Amino acid sequence: MIAPHLPILQVVIPLLAAPICVLLHSGRLAWLLTVAVSWVSFAVSVLLLGQVMDGGPLSYELGGWAPPWGIEYRIDALNALVLFIVSGISAIVLPFARASVEREIESERVYLFYTAYLLCLTGLLGITATGDAFNVFVFLEISSLSSYALISLGRDRRALMAAYQYLILGTIGATFILIGIGLAYMVTGTLNMADLAERLPAVSGNRTVQVSLAFLTVGICLKLALFPLHLWLPNAYAYAPSVVSAFLAATATKVSAYLLLRFLFTIFGVEFSFEAMQLGVILSTLAVLAMFVGSLVAIFQEDVKRMLAYSSIAQIGYIVLGISLVSVDGLTAGIVHLFNHAIIKGGMFLALGCIFFRIGSVQLHDMRGLGRRMPYTMAAFVVGGLGLIGVPLTAGFISKWYLVVAALEAGVWPLAVLVLASSLLAVIYVWRVVEVAYFQPVPDDKAAAKDKATLGEAPLSMLLPAWVLIGASIYFGLDTSFSVGVARAAASSLLGLDLAEIGS
Amino acid sequence: MSSSAVILFCLATPLIGALLIALSNRRPNQREAITLATAAILFVGVASLIPEVRAGARPELLLGEILPGLSLYFRVEPLGMLFAGVASFLWIVNSVYSIGYMRANLEGHQTRFYVCFAVALASTVGVAFAGNMLTLFIFYEVLTLSTYPLVTHSGKPEAIRAGRTYLGILLSTSIGLLLLAILWTWWAAGTLAFSEGGILAGRVSDGAMAVLLALYMFGIGKAALMPMHRWLPAAMVAPTPVSALLHAVAVVKAGVFTVTKVIVYIFGIDSLSRVADAGWLIYVAGATIVIASLIALRQDNLKRRLAYSTVSQLSYVILAAAILTPLSVAGAALHIAAHAFGKITLFFAAGSIYTAAHKTEVSQLAGIGRRMPWTMTAFTIGTISMIGLPPTAGFVSKWYMLRGAIEADQLFAIAIILISTLLNAAYFLPIVYTAFLNKPAPVDKDDHEHGHEHGEAPLPILLALGVTAAGTVLLFFFADLPLDLALQLAGRSQ
Repeated sequence: MIAPHLPILQVVIPLLAAPICVLLHSGRLAWLLTVAVSWVSFAVSVLLLGQVMDGGPLSYELGGWAPPWGIEYRIDALNALVLFIVSGISAIVLPFARASVEREIESERVYLFYTAYLLCLTGLLGITATGDAFNVFVFLEISSLSSYALISLGRDRRALMAAYQYLILGTIGATFILIGIGLAYMVTGTLNMADLAERLPAVSGNRTVQVSLAFLTVGICLKLALFPLHLWLPNAYAYAPSVVSAFLAATATKVSAYLLLRFLFTIFGVEFSFEAMQLGVILSTLAVLAMFVGSLVAIFQEDVKRMLAYSSIAQIGYIVLGISLVSVDGLTAGIVHLFNHAIIKGGMFLALGCIFFRIGSVQLHDMRGLGRRMPYTMAAFVVGGLGLIGVPLTAGFISKWYLVVAALEAGVWPLAVLVLASSLLAVIYVWRVVEVAYFQPVPDDKAAAKDKATLGEAPLSMLLPAWVLIGASIYFGLDTSFSVGVARAAASSLLGLDLAEIGS
Repeated sequence: MSSSAVILFCLATPLIGALLIALSNRRPNQREAITLATAAILFVGVASLIPEVRAGARPELLLGEILPGLSLYFRVEPLGMLFAGVASFLWIVNSVYSIGYMRANLEGHQTRFYVCFAVALASTVGVAFAGNMLTLFIFYEVLTLSTYPLVTHSGKPEAIRAGRTYLGILLSTSIGLLLLAILWTWWAAGTLAFSEGGILAGRVSDGAMAVLLALYMFGIGKAALMPMHRWLPAAMVAPTPVSALLHAVAVVKAGVFTVTKVIVYIFGIDSLSRVADAGWLIYVAGATIVIASLIALRQDNLKRRLAYSTVSQLSYVILAAAILTPLSVAGAALHIAAHAFGKITLFFAAGSIYTAAHKTEVSQLAGIGRRMPWTMTAFTIGTISMIGLPPTAGFVSKWYMLRGAIEADQLFAIAIILISTLLNAAYFLPIVYTAFLNKPAPVDKDDHEHGHEHGEAPLPILLALGVTAAGTVLLFFFADLPLDLALQLAGRSQ
């Protein structure tokens, strides 16, 4: 009945809801619709993931047109997991959004905010679900344009500048991707990913194909914010509204990481990308630099949102490092971290959103004494921070474990040392916040004394979503059968291996 | 209850206790009653396992798989039994002491204090009962994090600075070195289970074994092997009950306990003794013993002197384990128990002096033995045990260490043990001497607050230090149980 149409429902439901949102013209109703859509999307992604894990990859022909003429949607373990992450984060973030958006965005623009949000969700889900290279570009533009709008809605005037910066760099990235896709089309005459994968090996000596890979890699890495192409990210995350920071930090870069995996492994193939073109060396070098530069810069931030943004740059380094090792363990590490980092960082940005809701700032200086004023929020932030460090019992530990084992297995023990050494930098930036929040006295300025209402915890509708994500980060640190299981299945299929052969 | 249910019970009791303590935030009496009850129940639980373990059984508990092939797994063997028994017994005594100390000194945030204490004890039991290296590592890290709020308890700038040193050294060694060693072990051996005879033999080269040994020994920062010892003196800013139970017993013993476990069950005594490059450990441990004693000699602050003494005493355990003979390993295990009783007594006495007389420096203690006879008698007993003279527990453990060293012809180790005995006497006996035989300094007339005539500390404090001092002596006369467990660990019957 509906089951065979799930792949397209995943994308079409939020797409259709977006114009309805405009027509509703009411912030409250728009929010309700968006929540409903997100939850339905999440349910769809859960069903899809179940189908894929039981019965293998799904293929859906759009409008009944057979590929390669029509557009094909193709869901395997990898993109089912990414769909699950994107829609899951959205489903958790939205209940949080109502109070936060009311506070941060002018009321006459709230319905437009949710419209842009739905489009952004559509774009991210579309990029992930589609099996057509040009379709990727279309959804990439949908998600990018809507996210520029979302970021520019931030209260701070610098949000406009941040959005503009992202617009310029994001457009360059998207253009590179388009050029890359165009060049591949030129040589092979197809846009269907499966067809591309079949035809490309025969022409791998062709200079055009090599250039195509180069354009695609650079373009995707720009969207991924891999060092040194990360310049748009800190401002975008720092000045966007709280909800947008949490949503984008947890999903946008993850979808780009998915694209990188899809193009390098599925479409161009391991042999071409990593043996002929030697991308592994470049990616792992940049990843290590990202780990250290991101964490080091994070240490010196006064704006905690910016600090988390730089931390994200470092964490993207871990994901890419796992990918660059081109082994089942390495890919598992990368994909597991993609999942774990989405949960941890999403939870931490939500906790920051709670803080911003109460004290109107996320400057370190203004967070003095918050450990006493907002104990549950700060506890969530600290537990999330422990996850970033990779303390056992948190999801971050699992990612680090696989990453280091993969590095040892690849015989590059210096990478193992570097991964662990860089996690120590996270201790420093997390503990800066801890010391300020727990050991410094609450500032007794007039503003705080005047407005007694601002003292105390954020409303439950905000605190609960933050704790759901933080709680999940602990759960997935203890029970890894889901996260590691799916990641392993995805990793082995990317490498063209049978999961049963490699064992667990 | 089946024995695996008892293990679960021992792990859960302090955690449930912590929750109940947190809920009785506004009712101090109820809160402290819960602390005492939790400690007592935990000890009963732990003690109920002793007969089985002594008879040769190894109760286990499997709590589910974290990573494929790696579980949260507990298995009680003699060394863990000894460690858990000592820690849980001393928690009861320490709770009595805490009540006296925290109330008399009007400390703030007492609920947080007791909650963190209970969590720290839960992780100590977790470390003691861990059946594989991953489980041990998890509780090792929780122990670090749960004691951080206790170290920084006062919230003063020097406490925050000390907290940085504490966390900085303990986390960077454990994540940077220990975790790397564990992952390497896992990758090379395909298992992390503690097994008799070790798991590394034949799976890594001798050179790799030596590197791994270094990663483990310096990675276990809690064992305070120099140069990773700085966190321990820093931790002395904490209230004295914390220094007493956590930084003389639970945390530091978790360190040397892990060292012993790694040497016995990961490397294996026999396979490690075949690796020529592993001999360095004896020298580093020996150097730590002597250097820490020399530093202790120069400390005027009583708690800092005790802390450096702890650094030195911890390396006895490492030294004994590194001699790699069954008798010396038994000595190492015994010293974990013996030092615990002696050192906690000394810290209890230091806290008692602080509470009654507000004195923290050794140079202020002239004649204090006349005013605080109970405290200083207990202090003297602790001192004798540190030096290793009969009739105290310290003598028994040193005796086995020396026998092991002689059996292995380790002249260096024998020399170190003898030299450090003299050094211990040199930095402890003067305190006893001035306390009892010197005249008190004339009271400064301007100093009304501190110059007043004081007597002994409150009763709970005296009670606690009396119990541990008595324990130090009793362990000499009734050493059967710990000796039995220690010899089981070393694979020898009496």
